[in-house]
Amino acid sequence: MSRARADEEEYWHSSKFRAFTFDDEDDELSQLKESKRAVNSLRDIVDDDDDDLERVSWSGEPVGSISWSIKETASSSTSSLESRDSSLQKGSSSYAAFPKQVSSYSLSSLFKGRNRLPSFQSLSDALSDTGVKNYAPELRRPKAEYKDYSSDWSPKDTVRRMQRGKICSLERFRSLQDKLVLLDEAVAGHDGNVITAVLIFLKRTLRREILFRELEVRQVALCHLIHFLKETGEQKLLLDLLRFLDRTEEVALSQYREHLNIQDVEKRREFLKGCIGLPFSAEDTSHIQDHYTLLERQIIIEANDRHLEMAGQSEIFRKYPRKASILNMPLVTTLFYSCFYHYTEAEGTFSSPTNLKKTFKIPDKQYVLTALAARAKLRAWDDVDALFTTKNWLGYTKKKAPIGFHRVVEILQRNNAPVQVLQEYVRLVEDVETRLNLATKYKCHDVVIETYRDLKDRIQLTAYKCKVERGSAEEEKINSVLNNTQIRWKN
Amino acid sequence: MAFAGRRDVPEPPDFGILKRLARDQLIYLLEQLPGKKDLFIEADLMSPLDRIANVSILKQHEVDKLYKVDSRPALSTSDQFCFLVRPRIKTMRYIADIVNADKMSGRSRKYKIIFSPQKFYACEMVLEEEGVFGDVTCDEWSFYLLPLDEDIISMELPEFFRDYFLEGDHRWINSIARALQLLNSLYGPFGKAYGIGRCAKMSYELWRDLEEESEGDGQGRRPEIGNIFLMDRDTDYVTALCSQVVYEGLVDDTFRIKCGSVDFGPDVTSSDKSIKVLLNAQDKVFSQIRNEHFSSVFGFLSQKSRNLQAQYDRRRGMDIKQMKNFVSQELKGLKQEHRLLSLHIGACESIMKKKTKQDFQEMIKAEHSLLEGFDIRESTSFIEEHIDRQVSPIESLRLMCLLSITENGLVPKDYRSLKTQYLQSYGPEHLLTFHNLKRIGLLTEQSAGETLTAVESRVSKLVTDRAAGKITDAFNSLARRSNFRAISKKLGLIPRVDGEYDLKMPRDMAYVFSGAYIPLSCKIIEQVLERRGWLGLEEVVRLLNGNEFSVSDSSVEDNPAWESQRIVLAVFLGGCTFSEIAALRFLGKERGCKFIFLTTAITSSARMMEAMIEAKA
Repeated sequence: MSRARADEEEYWHSSKFRAFTFDDEDDELSQLKESKRAVNSLRDIVDDDDDDLERVSWSGEPVGSISWSIKETASSSTSSLESRDSSLQKGSSSYAAFPKQVSSYSLSSLFKGRNRLPSFQSLSDALSDTGVKNYAPELRRPKAEYKDYSSDWSPKDTVRRMQRGKICSLERFRSLQDKLVLLDEAVAGHDGNVITAVLIFLKRTLRREILFRELEVRQVALCHLIHFLKETGEQKLLLDLLRFLDRTEEVALSQYREHLNIQDVEKRREFLKGCIGLPFSAEDTSHIQDHYTLLERQIIIEANDRHLEMAGQSEIFRKYPRKASILNMPLVTTLFYSCFYHYTEAEGTFSSPTNLKKTFKIPDKQYVLTALAARAKLRAWDDVDALFTTKNWLGYTKKKAPIGFHRVVEILQRNNAPVQVLQEYVRLVEDVETRLNLATKYKCHDVVIETYRDLKDRIQLTAYKCKVERGSAEEEKINSVLNNTQIRWKN
Repeated sequence: MAFAGRRDVPEPPDFGILKRLARDQLIYLLEQLPGKKDLFIEADLMSPLDRIANVSILKQHEVDKLYKVDSRPALSTSDQFCFLVRPRIKTMRYIADIVNADKMSGRSRKYKIIFSPQKFYACEMVLEEEGVFGDVTCDEWSFYLLPLDEDIISMELPEFFRDYFLEGDHRWINSIARALQLLNSLYGPFGKAYGIGRCAKMSYELWRDLEEESEGDGQGRRPEIGNIFLMDRDTDYVTALCSQVVYEGLVDDTFRIKCGSVDFGPDVTSSDKSIKVLLNAQDKVFSQIRNEHFSSVFGFLSQKSRNLQAQYDRRRGMDIKQMKNFVSQELKGLKQEHRLLSLHIGACESIMKKKTKQDFQEMIKAEHSLLEGFDIRESTSFIEEHIDRQVSPIESLRLMCLLSITENGLVPKDYRSLKTQYLQSYGPEHLLTFHNLKRIGLLTEQSAGETLTAVESRVSKLVTDRAAGKITDAFNSLARRSNFRAISKKLGLIPRVDGEYDLKMPRDMAYVFSGAYIPLSCKIIEQVLERRGWLGLEEVVRLLNGNEFSVSDSSVEDNPAWESQRIVLAVFLGGCTFSEIAALRFLGKERGCKFIFLTTAITSSARMMEAMIEAKA
């Protein structure tokens, strides 16, 4: 660990990246703060009256408020709308604030003055003369004009016509040979829209086994059919196809995916139970098993705790009412929940942390991180202490953690742990530099003093004296260390 | 196009015409349904539409009420409904339900569906199946190209990424080809075309096919854009997966830039409301910091605010006349600048706060180690801890993918353990996400595939490149090996720098990643343009799985004096990030050329990861 730390330090100090750090006590931030102050001080001169910052687009036109307007209709047209729309309203950006613009838009003005390109000239000339009506059909002609049922286009021409959005009848491709040539042409034409169109036709006119067999050797077309079936939700056909292709794992995943659409937890649990037997890889089977077990547990815990909470006899639930249900939450969240509400329970109960740890084989590291966060949140410092205390065979206690102690400090600090608690863990941070940083940052004076003493760094220690309060115990301690003649200072 | 020293960067062509074309066509289509009508707009189309039209334009063409297309049944008294939608099966069912409900209650209305950018046969099939074909009329609004800025054009098709790279669906290739056709007819002819990737190749072929038919009306015309470069996103996933540290990229990663504008929340505006801000070259403050490394931004902003202060201070000691002048001529500009300045300072502060909280420093360090390929063990445990602490599901996925791509897949033991912990931290249903990531090749497990590589390379020594490419294709159906390490070595993507990399005075494109890595995608473009082709890059091409091309159109006059020779349309199929845009803008300045970006959508690591998650139907 200390090796790694040292490497890290070295990396940052030696390398080219030193110029910039995201540390909050950085020069740059204070520089930024200063700029902010400067700018803010100008605010009274420059009040926000007339600025049109958010209205100007880079073409200089006012960008109107279509999104805003939709929110308007949504909230005003009906009174029976759900809260979703009102939240749209609430989170309003300043779009809501500016008035509707009446633009001086006119069609003929659009193309005036744009004669720069020779190729464009013809187009824009035509336009400014006759307005948009004559020009637009150039862009878009009703597709119906091209309808052609009697034609005998070659497969290639058929594909080309379809690529250009023209309607073509495929009915005349009746022999399997013709159908396949058509499909191959579609694939060669690179237009997925046409490939899918041909596949829809093939799906309608071929027995599925034959279609599947032919697609097996046409991977691109196969992808299109699979995607199409996913989008249209033809689950049964999709599963048949995947089975035919021997893609058993995909069969399993595709079925498992359906659970996302099941809202009711009981039904979802039943469904997941059915998923356990699906042909997943060995590894995934255990994940599915865990998914099922987790939801099963959550249902039990949820029922119990809701009851407890309603009865109002459990102190923890009274003090910290639950914010959300635990159903469908990830395992780690469930563990956090159980460390928060059920920490002291015996291993036998479903809701006890130890039980969860055992059932789901949660690694130590993960467990400790989660338990620490939960107990720190409750400010249960004794529990935190116990989490890291181990006894050796002689009965001595020692602090040990599967995670770096700097992480422990960080989590404790985030939960506003008192200095006494914090400094105990800061002291345990192995890397000296990190330890000093953390100790200074969180005002763990004792740790700072001890570390400088151990480093025999008189200069730093003397300098630190001005950071502690006059006449405090810390100052006294520094003085006594400085006066200690036993220490052989390095400077 | 040769890079002959520094020259003035040519001005980009005017893309405003694209907006006008789209707007005109929409108006024409609306008028095809004369009289008052209610307009239902697909959520995804609202922001793009906002950029080219506004409510009053719609009102002028007798649009009465506006609704968002969603699952709620429409309650309206209008006689005519117009639906402005993407061609999606789900939307067709929504429309069919409305029509059928009206039929049941004996209501008669006119219905029109306007598909953007094009109609799909599968949609018509659904309408037919639902029994409403014939009750509705269909049209296409060929709104392929939305100019987001003076050098960025977006197709606003974020779904392209998943549809093509994950599902293997070629449905958007036609749209891309048509978009190219339109650009070629307005700003071409493009004399030189380069590309890499299967989709790039197919799009190019289909586009040429379309061009052949349209009987080259642009022959002999003087082009505004002379070169085009097409690239598939899967040529380079690494760059898209890195944390962005140029300002525009950071703003995108932190606040999500949507269609060229961003919503700055109360934490940025230091008031109780949020403000929608357009971020583009028109914003005088933003345009100066967008491409800068984040660390240079502070200095710039503080300098700027000092200047502003000084300008205001000039007021003191002015007489009435001077004051009048000041107020009438300068005050408005200063106010505008003040407003922008305080917004961007607020944004910086908010970014700093968020990044400090998330261990950004450590994360960047882990990323750099992955890119350089050392301390993999340590980075792996960093990722593990990130997952265990339930930090962010998307960030965790991103880091795992970066590990996988740079290492050519995870060691099976790590794969299993990270996957298990991920499922425990963020939910078991992510089993589906992992499956998707494996299929697309973003997060894979090292396995028997290793032996395949040996076969592959032996085979490729025996046969020609082209055949080898085919064999490689056959080996990896959709997912491909990344070979990142080898490519990085070949192209020198990790700059060897003595001393400190000066981020304020960048020497190469690596500055967009703090000097640690030159974006692969941009490096390829640089190399190919420099060599006017792929000559000498054979090994790199092989490692990238081939599908490269380089074509010059002999019928197009090639006059080196034309500015168009120094304008390159860089087409990103599957999305491009702001970091890549910044890198190429930098390259352009260095080499005296101008890059125009055409992308299926602006992307970021988060958008890519989100596209891999299965949502309920």
